[in-house]
Amino acid sequence: MAAAAEHTQTPGEYIIHHLTHLGTGKPKGLVDFSVINYDSVIFSALLGALGCFLLWRAAKKATSGVPGRFQAAVEILFELVDNEAKGIIHNAESRKMVAPLALVVFVWIFLLNAMDLLPVDILPWIWALIYGAAGHDPAHAYLRVVPTADLSITMALSVGVLILCLFYSVKIKGLGGFLHELYVAPFGTVKLSANPLTWIGFILLSIANVAMQLVEFVSKTVSHGMRLFGNMYAGELIFLLIALLGGAFTLSVSGFLLALLHIGAGWAWAVFHILIITLQAFVFMMLTLVYIGQAHDAH
Amino acid sequence: MELIGLVAVATGLIIGLGALGACVGVGIMGSKYLESAARQPELMGVLQTKVFLLLGLIDASFIIGTGIALWYTTANPFLAQLANLPK
Repeated sequence: MAAAAEHTQTPGEYIIHHLTHLGTGKPKGLVDFSVINYDSVIFSALLGALGCFLLWRAAKKATSGVPGRFQAAVEILFELVDNEAKGIIHNAESRKMVAPLALVVFVWIFLLNAMDLLPVDILPWIWALIYGAAGHDPAHAYLRVVPTADLSITMALSVGVLILCLFYSVKIKGLGGFLHELYVAPFGTVKLSANPLTWIGFILLSIANVAMQLVEFVSKTVSHGMRLFGNMYAGELIFLLIALLGGAFTLSVSGFLLALLHIGAGWAWAVFHILIITLQAFVFMMLTLVYIGQAHDAH
Repeated sequence: MELIGLVAVATGLIIGLGALGACVGVGIMGSKYLESAARQPELMGVLQTKVFLLLGLIDASFIIGTGIALWYTTANPFLAQLANLPK
């Protein structure tokens, strides 16, 4: 990035600059609902609209004759998601809503992740030009391009899945059934009788069951969101570090070798990252299906 | 100075131990997959999907750990805490 007026950026400052969101400020602590990261929100909305548009185009132009390449690609994608959904969710009524949900989750997260493949500096640089032209200081033009490298976005997606799981649990088992299962599964329960020992056993088991259920919900949601975030954040950070290698280019042997290393490592990591973004979108989709499928099972 | 040294060692441990666990886990899973593919080649395609799913799951904690370790290396939060300590 361009040097500030007073001194050239140190590598640490470069990375911190690239890790700062365009938003309403820094979060004070782990959870701060007053902070909105505008760059994540805007990019997510734009890419979601793009994904919907592409799928809509494919559906509108779909023919039952020999398909063109675009239609064939969308059909492969659709079949993949459909087969997985059929294998995991056995309730045809729920599948009407959950299979399209899985498709949207896969396509949207894939597009969000794919922003990581753009060169690290290009969009922030364009944004700095716009920001500077609008009269502000371009050294403070922050932009983070990958929405899924923002913990808020990934946790929002996984909390959305959690809400759906609770919704389907209540819908399939009924509110009473759901609450009953809360204190009965997974350790089972004791039939109450006149013997006070059964009352003690019942209360202890119920407490254990409720605790386990809470831990299960929290850990599933947190791991679901953190997995995607961790992969994308680490990927972005490694791209930034590789960019620093290129920034160390000078007209000397070591400078030259570093620049070559930048090109080589950048290529290799980008190719590996293509696998990672697809894999993480797929894993997120599969776990969405599995968690919603689990909400259908009666313990 | 001590703080920076300790953070460097901590970063190395996070990445190293995470990689150790993840690689051993993936290795075990891969060997089971190859074994079962040799026994029942017709199941290779079905199992391959599951293999990739498990790969994504196993990599999760390791990559989260690597992200946190790289964060410590570059924008170290402990240095900020140290700077804010009351004298």
